[in-house]
Amino acid sequence: MDNASAAADPGGTPAVARPVGSVRAALLVVEGLWAWYRRNWRATVVSSVVQPVLYLLALGFGFGSQVRPGEATQGLPYLAYLAPALLVAGAVQNAAGESTHPVLSSFKWARTYWGIIATPISPGQLVAGQLLWIALRLLTSGAAYLVVAALFGALTGPGVLLSLVFAVLAGMAFSAPLVAYSASVRDEGQGFNAVFRFVVVPMTLFAGTYFPVSQLPVWVWPLAWVTPLWHGTELARAAAFESMSPLPTLGHLAYLLAVLAVGVLLTRRQFTRRLLV
Amino acid sequence: MTAADSLLVHASGLVKRFGDVEAVRGIDVGVRRGEAFGFLGPNGAGKSSTMRMIACVSPRSAGELRVLGMDPQRDGPRIRARLGVVPQQDTLDNELTVRQNLQVYGRYFGLSRDTVRRKAVELMEFAQLSDRAEDQVEPLSGGMKRRLTIARSLVNDPELLLLDEPTIGLDPQARHLLWDRLYQLRHAGVTLILTTHYMDEAEQLCDRLVVMDGGRIVAEGSPAELIARYSTREVLELRFAPGHQRDALPVVATLADRVEVLPDRLLLYTADGEASLAAVHERDVRPASTLIRRSTLEDVFLRLTGRSLVD
Amino acid sequence: MAHELTAPPRPGRGDQTEQRPSPLLRIVPPGLYAGRARMLVERSFLVNRRSWLAVVSGFFEPLFFLFALGLGFGTLVSTVTGPDGQPMDYVAFVAPALLAASAMNGAVYDATINIFHKMRYAKLYDAVLSTPLGPLDVAVGETSWALLRGGLYAAGFVVVLLGMGLVSSAWGLLALPAALLVAFAFAAVGMAATTFMRSWQDFDLVNLAVMPLFLFSTTFYPLSVYPRPLRIAVECLPLYHGVALLRGLVTGYVHWGLLGHVLYLVLMAVVGLLVATKRIARLLLR
Repeated sequence: MDNASAAADPGGTPAVARPVGSVRAALLVVEGLWAWYRRNWRATVVSSVVQPVLYLLALGFGFGSQVRPGEATQGLPYLAYLAPALLVAGAVQNAAGESTHPVLSSFKWARTYWGIIATPISPGQLVAGQLLWIALRLLTSGAAYLVVAALFGALTGPGVLLSLVFAVLAGMAFSAPLVAYSASVRDEGQGFNAVFRFVVVPMTLFAGTYFPVSQLPVWVWPLAWVTPLWHGTELARAAAFESMSPLPTLGHLAYLLAVLAVGVLLTRRQFTRRLLV
Repeated sequence: MTAADSLLVHASGLVKRFGDVEAVRGIDVGVRRGEAFGFLGPNGAGKSSTMRMIACVSPRSAGELRVLGMDPQRDGPRIRARLGVVPQQDTLDNELTVRQNLQVYGRYFGLSRDTVRRKAVELMEFAQLSDRAEDQVEPLSGGMKRRLTIARSLVNDPELLLLDEPTIGLDPQARHLLWDRLYQLRHAGVTLILTTHYMDEAEQLCDRLVVMDGGRIVAEGSPAELIARYSTREVLELRFAPGHQRDALPVVATLADRVEVLPDRLLLYTADGEASLAAVHERDVRPASTLIRRSTLEDVFLRLTGRSLVD
Repeated sequence: MAHELTAPPRPGRGDQTEQRPSPLLRIVPPGLYAGRARMLVERSFLVNRRSWLAVVSGFFEPLFFLFALGLGFGTLVSTVTGPDGQPMDYVAFVAPALLAASAMNGAVYDATINIFHKMRYAKLYDAVLSTPLGPLDVAVGETSWALLRGGLYAAGFVVVLLGMGLVSSAWGLLALPAALLVAFAFAAVGMAATTFMRSWQDFDLVNLAVMPLFLFSTTFYPLSVYPRPLRIAVECLPLYHGVALLRGLVTGYVHWGLLGHVLYLVLMAVVGLLVATKRIARLLLR
């Protein structure tokens, strides 16, 4: 390696740079995002942790006080019925937030992705790091929510820890295709409003978070079944209430993993296409 | 090995196409170790596309390209580990501090935390940003951000530094400070490749340069060689009330190697401006004012790429 | 309206306003207000004409909530205590509250994120203030646009409520101006708040303010759910007054107390507008 001697910075100490392995590269991207987060975490606490907690308070306690436990709530008090579902809904909403403007901005306004690919890190490694970072954010926000929910006495047992895993999986199954979309956006991101209005909000309202999908007209059911949120909610409730059965569990898991895989592939393609022109 | 060692960048027949548009139409370039090499050309000439191919972030469409003796397509990460890149638009992380920008970027090169911490201090010193170390980047002035971008591009001690319009939009003080830093780097043996619109910048910084137009290289050489080849030693400017310059044109046309007609003046390209001016007066041409100056790279540039707008 | 937009500006117009000064012109120091806030509304109209689909889509959000609450929540809870103390249908209870909440949401969004973007990044107001227009023109013009948009949504929502038979008295027609008042109050305060924001990160604080308002202002369940001290706290919230006003009008439980809610919202609008004008002047006319 002759670069260390040839290259120089006036009065500087030579730094030996080298390409790193893919896993390490992805972790370096996560590290870079973490450096940002350490300075800016305050701005995300409200939407990622406070929001689900407030929903739990208002709808679990407030609205729940008007609900009599019955078949629709699986025989549970509404608060207990709602708590694991809000974990998943929160993860999906966080995923939506993390996968839209921050990604577009890194391409378009801050242009930090362009800075990163000028280093030995490749677009594929960048994608891995970015998605891993989102998953970590979902995991920590979900964990924080669970702590608060437990303090409120809204949790039914340790099964919610498994619910947390399912929540992150559902969140990522929603995030990956959305990151791919965000990477394809060339304008100022006006389409994100439509995504939130016509996908995220209806999903959180109709995909089984607050009431069973079966209470909706039959023609709406397939729409709910398509969403990662519904699969995640089914899994999370089953885990929390310790009512898991193998076949549905496998089915939901398979669906979420398939959507995630497709999303990751699409994201890789979009990132490569946009960054390596 | 020897060829690869002396030529840090070697392109032959290099082509870049975007759909039907051919941005770079088969160029041959060789950049030697330790030199400062410039790409000049109007907007859309293909400079930035070429730079991005050299930076290994844009696959070539055809032709050959070796950077540091390697193939960008295959060895992109290994090459990029030894490059510094200053993009046309800053890609700084506006929400991090000056110091963090340097450290985070250094980590992308696989440098240890200790190393990036040390490098950040050195580079802030180098870019005269030490007193802004803990400030967020966003409110910094354009000159400071540019200095930081250049400092950041040095975090891995690159052998080859690519600068795309490094001083665009800066005030004269900031430009001179940047030039000063680039001299230092060149002195330290770093090879520089830069694109610029500013001819004075090219004359100041470049040992050798190429002029690009419409995706092709139209001239190549040192600034002095280019002036000698495409212009004359001096230029005599004769200024008239707008419109009247055309009356004088037939009279003075034979007094110079070449005459260019502008809305309010005639430019006489000549080896000896004083002699030509005397001849002009002899022929009883009375311009409103006159100016004799040395030929510059700008004269070469305008001759080669034309005066009309390209965009 | 459309033909007025395409017509070139008429020079006589400004003189006319000077001859017959509007009330605002008389109380506001000259320089702050040129009486041409309308121009900014026209600009917004031109900008949004190209993205009308996005504008129209805003109408759907409260509808989704209404359907979700009607179809899902409504089967979990069939009746709640209405404003007059009598049990009433849950959907009829929650529908007017959704109207108030969506008026707030739309207004706050328009007045914070949009305005911040225009002020900080697009530098729109720097350009506007280099013309005869003043900061109050900006404040009034932008607020008016937010209102026009909000008014369209509110009108659509009221039509849906009528269609679903959820409006039980003729007073319900006043829901439209009442929703506009809610939107006006929140737009004015939101704009004032925006002038204090240093970076986009502060918008999480906006969320922090708006979300609890949405959730806790008796939108989804009656005030009686709260223990007494909390009840008083909730009664101080601005959206509570919007919800109470609209719920009273739409359910036909009309009494003098509603005027109190109106007064609260009017005060909010006036204070917000004055603060916003002062701040825009300070930020941009230095």
